[in-house]
Amino acid sequence: MDEPYNFAYLDEQTKRSIRRGLLKAVAIPGYQVPFAGREMPMPYGWGTGGVQVTASILGKDDTLKVIDQGADDTTNAVSIRQFFEKTAKIKTTTKTDKATIIQTRHRIPEQSLTRDQIVVFQVPVPDPLRFIEASETESRKMHALEEYGVMHVKLYEDISHLGHIATTYAYPAMVNDRYVMDPSPIPKFDNPKMNMSEALFLFGAGREKRLYAIPPYTSVNSLDFDDHPFEIQQWDDVCEICASAESFLDEVIIDDEGTRMFVCSDSYFCEQQKIKNEQCQPIVLVSES
Amino acid sequence: MYVAVKGGEEAIENAHKLLARKRRGDLTVTELSITQIKQQLSLAVDRVMTEGSLYDQDLAALALKQAMGDTIEAIFLLRAYRTTLPRFNFTQIIDTSCMRVERRISAIYKDIPGGQALGPTFDYTHRLLDFSLLADDYENEGDDFLRNSETETHNVAPQLSAVNTDKIDEYPKVLDFLKQEDLLPPSKNITKSVDDITREPLDYPSSRSARLQQLTRADEGFLLSLGYSTQRGYGRTHPFAGEIRMGYVDVSITIDELDFDICLGEICVSECEMINQFSGNRTQAPQFTQGYGISFGFCERKTLAMALVDRSLQAKELGEAIDTPAAQEEFVLSHCDNVEASGFVSHLKLPHYVDFQSELALVRKMRKEHFSKNLADKFKSEEHANG
Repeated sequence: MDEPYNFAYLDEQTKRSIRRGLLKAVAIPGYQVPFAGREMPMPYGWGTGGVQVTASILGKDDTLKVIDQGADDTTNAVSIRQFFEKTAKIKTTTKTDKATIIQTRHRIPEQSLTRDQIVVFQVPVPDPLRFIEASETESRKMHALEEYGVMHVKLYEDISHLGHIATTYAYPAMVNDRYVMDPSPIPKFDNPKMNMSEALFLFGAGREKRLYAIPPYTSVNSLDFDDHPFEIQQWDDVCEICASAESFLDEVIIDDEGTRMFVCSDSYFCEQQKIKNEQCQPIVLVSES
Repeated sequence: MYVAVKGGEEAIENAHKLLARKRRGDLTVTELSITQIKQQLSLAVDRVMTEGSLYDQDLAALALKQAMGDTIEAIFLLRAYRTTLPRFNFTQIIDTSCMRVERRISAIYKDIPGGQALGPTFDYTHRLLDFSLLADDYENEGDDFLRNSETETHNVAPQLSAVNTDKIDEYPKVLDFLKQEDLLPPSKNITKSVDDITREPLDYPSSRSARLQQLTRADEGFLLSLGYSTQRGYGRTHPFAGEIRMGYVDVSITIDELDFDICLGEICVSECEMINQFSGNRTQAPQFTQGYGISFGFCERKTLAMALVDRSLQAKELGEAIDTPAAQEEFVLSHCDNVEASGFVSHLKLPHYVDFQSELALVRKMRKEHFSKNLADKFKSEEHANG
């Protein structure tokens, strides 16, 4: 079934049109560029936007890493990686530093990214205003007029009702002091990683047919108040596997009694930390081998 | 065990094997052929072609087979294939007034020039299970008429219809009679090219051509319910089925180098022209309004529903209040595509543990604060009572 399809599945004309959209997105950081999204051979909501962006920018020499929830071995990440292995026959990796393109769902890798890397995000609902203003016609107008007061009102209402800003993921951020964008459903823990990043961030929303981007070295500020500054999630625990105290931790229920264990969501980061620890503590290495 | 979700490579492989086994079912039962699906489940094939936006009976039947009869899955398969096809040319607009008609009815006149032709319809069947179909060899003892026209299945209907088959091409459009009387606005000559929602994303407010495309691809069930809602009171448009016709039309293209059209073949389509209550104002004389529905193959129910929704969506142009779900362009057009809808709904099956972890952490934090505050308040009030 590989042969009837072009390199990386999409035909060159489609890829060109998506790249044109991406150029516009890079030129106007945070602005949502409409594009003629195609049906992909995986369902909408499963990363079709990200897959189309990746397909459009992928070259024969690229090395691709795909993560979902921070891990390379989650089913959907496996499926998307296999898709590109099959249709583009490119190199894939789980190593964050070896990848030239990282397609992700719901996380940004813990390790800092470099100028030679592009992160492609899968986006379900690209417009941060959507849950406040359902109409596309209206929300586009609001973006054009920089009418973002409602966003702060929503955050304020959270504080007055609950004592906290209740948005924990897909936390809205101001890009380049102009457009408020939805960073896709990454935990707000990852938001600071977007600010002044060396890597290029591309966002693709397949079902909603929108592209947007954060070029390298662009300011990305999570919305907040002077007296309620933006803060990220913290854990009382450390990772059970690598003992990291600075990574995003997943909670895993390990038995019928509901005993919990915390582990890094970024599986490659966790692996690296573990290796580092073992190099420092040879005794652990012996006991585990 | 949750760990199974990680390390998914082997799990996916096994799932695919299980799926293949499930699709094939009991190996002692003969495998279903594409021809059988095409011939005997033709309405399913027609729906998959319509909502899959590709007129290809073989591929639609293949999609149905591969999808184990799940229509939406089959539509999705066909769409994902269609999107990779190169685009050579636009065809001429098909002319449904020159249709090789298999069915053609009007609900607004008792008799119409050319006559009413019921064609192959469920309409007047009694919905009683026909237990004779349980037998595998039903056809062997079947009635003679089944065998008479075996050369071309599509001819079954005209031969049995009440219409004189000699006059097969002479069916004037019922709505034309109303147009002659100026009771309906005249058909517009389309001069500029139509929008193509598969090449330009839908933009609001959308053009009528984009709207009609989106509605043709739209989920039949969704349109059916929306259309129904307009009849039940959420936006009455007083519809009448002006004319419903199903049959074959020529598809032709014009090539720049040649000064004549080339006919590529014919496709089967269903069309519904709905007539609705009046528009008009002080300057403009009252006229009926119109809703339009079309599909590949025999998807009559879909075309009726589409015509109702198309009419409701014209509220803005006609200066009507937009106060019902069916009249809200963005609501209807953004949610009617079942490939989009089914994808996004089913993505909830994907892991969300990072986001859920974030919510968990916040809810725990808030509960902790809630209880410590309550405790403090209680302590304070006790202290107050004692003091």
